[in-house]
Amino acid sequence: MAVALKSSGFLHLNNPRNRVFLPRTPSQLQTSSSYSSSVKRFSPMAALTTAPTVGLSETFTRLKEQGKVAFIPYITAGDPDLSTTAQALKVLDSCGSDIIELGVPYSDPLADGPVIQAAATRSLARGTNFDGIISMLKEVVPQLSCPIALFSYYNPILKRGTEKFMSTIKDVGVHGLVVPDVPLEETEILRKEAAKKSIELVLLTTPTTPTERMKAIVEAAEGFVYLVSSVGVTGTRESVSGRVEDLLREIKEATTKPVAVGFGISKPEHAKQVARWGADGVIIGSAIVKLLGEAKSPEEGLKELENFVKSLKSALV
Amino acid sequence: MACGSFNYSFFANSVGKEMCEKRKTGNIAKVATCSLAVQGNTSTTAKPVVEVPADQNSTFINLGRSSTKRRFETHRCQETIEEIIGNGKFGRFGGKFVPETLITCLNMLEAEFRSVLHDVQFQAELATALRDYVGRETPLYYAQRLTEHYKSKSCSGEGPEIYLKREDLNHGGAHKMNNAIAQAMIARRMGRTRVVAATGAGQHGVATAAACAKLSLECTVFMGTKDIEKQSSNVLLMKLLGAQVKSVAGNFKDATSEAFRNWVNDLETSYYLTGTVVGPHPCPSMVREFQSVIGKETRKQALEKWGGEPDVLVACVGSGSNALGLFHEFIDDEDVRLIGVEGAGIGLDSGHHSATLTRGEVGVYHGAMSYLLQDHEGQIVGPHSIGVGLEYPGVSPELSFLKDSGRAEFHTATDQEALDAYRLLCRLEGIFPALEACHALAFLDKLCPTLRSGTKVVVNCSGRGDKDAAIVFNSKLT
Repeated sequence: MAVALKSSGFLHLNNPRNRVFLPRTPSQLQTSSSYSSSVKRFSPMAALTTAPTVGLSETFTRLKEQGKVAFIPYITAGDPDLSTTAQALKVLDSCGSDIIELGVPYSDPLADGPVIQAAATRSLARGTNFDGIISMLKEVVPQLSCPIALFSYYNPILKRGTEKFMSTIKDVGVHGLVVPDVPLEETEILRKEAAKKSIELVLLTTPTTPTERMKAIVEAAEGFVYLVSSVGVTGTRESVSGRVEDLLREIKEATTKPVAVGFGISKPEHAKQVARWGADGVIIGSAIVKLLGEAKSPEEGLKELENFVKSLKSALV
Repeated sequence: MACGSFNYSFFANSVGKEMCEKRKTGNIAKVATCSLAVQGNTSTTAKPVVEVPADQNSTFINLGRSSTKRRFETHRCQETIEEIIGNGKFGRFGGKFVPETLITCLNMLEAEFRSVLHDVQFQAELATALRDYVGRETPLYYAQRLTEHYKSKSCSGEGPEIYLKREDLNHGGAHKMNNAIAQAMIARRMGRTRVVAATGAGQHGVATAAACAKLSLECTVFMGTKDIEKQSSNVLLMKLLGAQVKSVAGNFKDATSEAFRNWVNDLETSYYLTGTVVGPHPCPSMVREFQSVIGKETRKQALEKWGGEPDVLVACVGSGSNALGLFHEFIDDEDVRLIGVEGAGIGLDSGHHSATLTRGEVGVYHGAMSYLLQDHEGQIVGPHSIGVGLEYPGVSPELSFLKDSGRAEFHTATDQEALDAYRLLCRLEGIFPALEACHALAFLDKLCPTLRSGTKVVVNCSGRGDKDAAIVFNSKLT
């Protein structure tokens, strides 16, 4: 279940000294103090030149040439803390992720199930903020070989100003953006500002989307088309719906753009099945977030992450 | 407005068209005052119709006893219905900012809404339910002692006449039932078996649970743990009415988010019964339409009582359903002043308040662009008010538009002022209003000294205050 964020006195959220302590085991308490509010301790190091990673579409093009399916993990920034996120990004990259989705934690994540909700709550309680995430990315992105796509709800983007948001993320080398609560008809401004900065705005289509609408969505999508596998919020599921196969076929009749399937995929078997059905990419979120969030310590979490990701990746080979 | 028989092609009447055009500002539908003055031979109803003299600018329909009966009968003007539904935008506010998964469902809901607006039988059933089940029409009550109280306090001895629109007398104890019964009927019409709702003070939860019991629908209500504690009598009622009450850590905003998620996971069989005028299109327009009965009745009753319109309308504003319900009818009547009163909590500068329109900034929340209480990161701020039903960080996109266009003004009242207003109304009129409505009543302290005798003020008494008796009783006196 989602952990309640203390709703009064929002000012304290961004003051790391006032972070809310969530129940933890003694070993976690010890470690947590050394990973406390990486917002303050995180100091950017040298070499700010952006590594020449290619964008999302280009990544898919290259993979297709090699007959490979993209492995796209999702993690929430700042859970358990930003320095672990930085490490996790490197682990994900070195284990062969093709694109990494990084979630910006939000107080009211409507499209997310309990796992990612809880991750957002923990992250915000830690004092994670957008500037902290950007500082972290500034340092880490040059060390990665795969592109990053940010996942953010609309209000934080609006608050910052869409144009400013796009410049800021472009400057740290982010290639793509997913905004889950803006449907096609409301994307005009986002698309315009994203295009100006060559940020690929990924759009989502779902099992409830009628064919004509799906066509309009895939036409406008950039980077890749995100096919939501099930009617519902994010979260692991026992199996992937058989409908995905039909949906993939329909989408591929409408476009040559790459299609990645997400929501509910949590096991190597799921990934393999979705790949067999013709997906160009597989997105795994909650399963990874859960692993990191529930680990006894960040180090253990990173270790488990590595093992899990390797097992998922091998299913796609 | 010309008289004479005319067919229901509204634009055949050019004066009518002009009035319709006037109403297109911000896409706000002002259907009631666009109403046709109908002659007997075009009407398909048995109700009395009224001829409107050509020189009279405002139009109205004598709705008879059942003032909730729709004035559109069989040949309802297509244009007018479309104006009611609108496109979900009120200037820059509104919209459908939801995950793609919900879009088709929302489009279906809009289609169903359109269908019921055309459906004479549905309208007749709704009118019957509003009359016989909800107990409408609610009285427009002259609060004599309250009026005298303010007159005696003023130096000049002047002061307005204060009327209370008694939504507290509705079944369920608040205006919420006007909308809950209509939407529950829509849910059943759509073949849904399960209704999902979120509630703050519990009034919408009770109304939804009651309507579902009446219509034999399963009901699940999400409520914040903090609210469950404060409004426990409503929780008991919901359970007795057969609803499953699910607690969510936090308060109304968290309950709403969870209800949304629950709905998204079960779109085939569930109907999300929105309780207020927020959310993605068509929800704000639907709720406003069903609550607009408050304003329509008020117009009729004002005419009966003093042969004119109200001068000032005052309503508390949480998300805006009771306020819009009262205001909507009068939006185009520029002489009618519209005042919304939000919760200032323990003080606007304390950070613990619910004054979204007064202190918020424009953002996107729960599906709509509107004013919003948010921090500098765009994270949503949890609001506070002693009136639990006012605790919502967002607000109606339509009210946001009325604020920006200057048509409506918004003020605040603190927790203490609301508590004082509760006690005052108890002692002066023997009426115990809900703490939410007390915010509107509290504003009379500031409003009345500025108004001359003869001014007609209507305050929406949006709910009854049994649920708050313990809180008020145990509170400190100023």
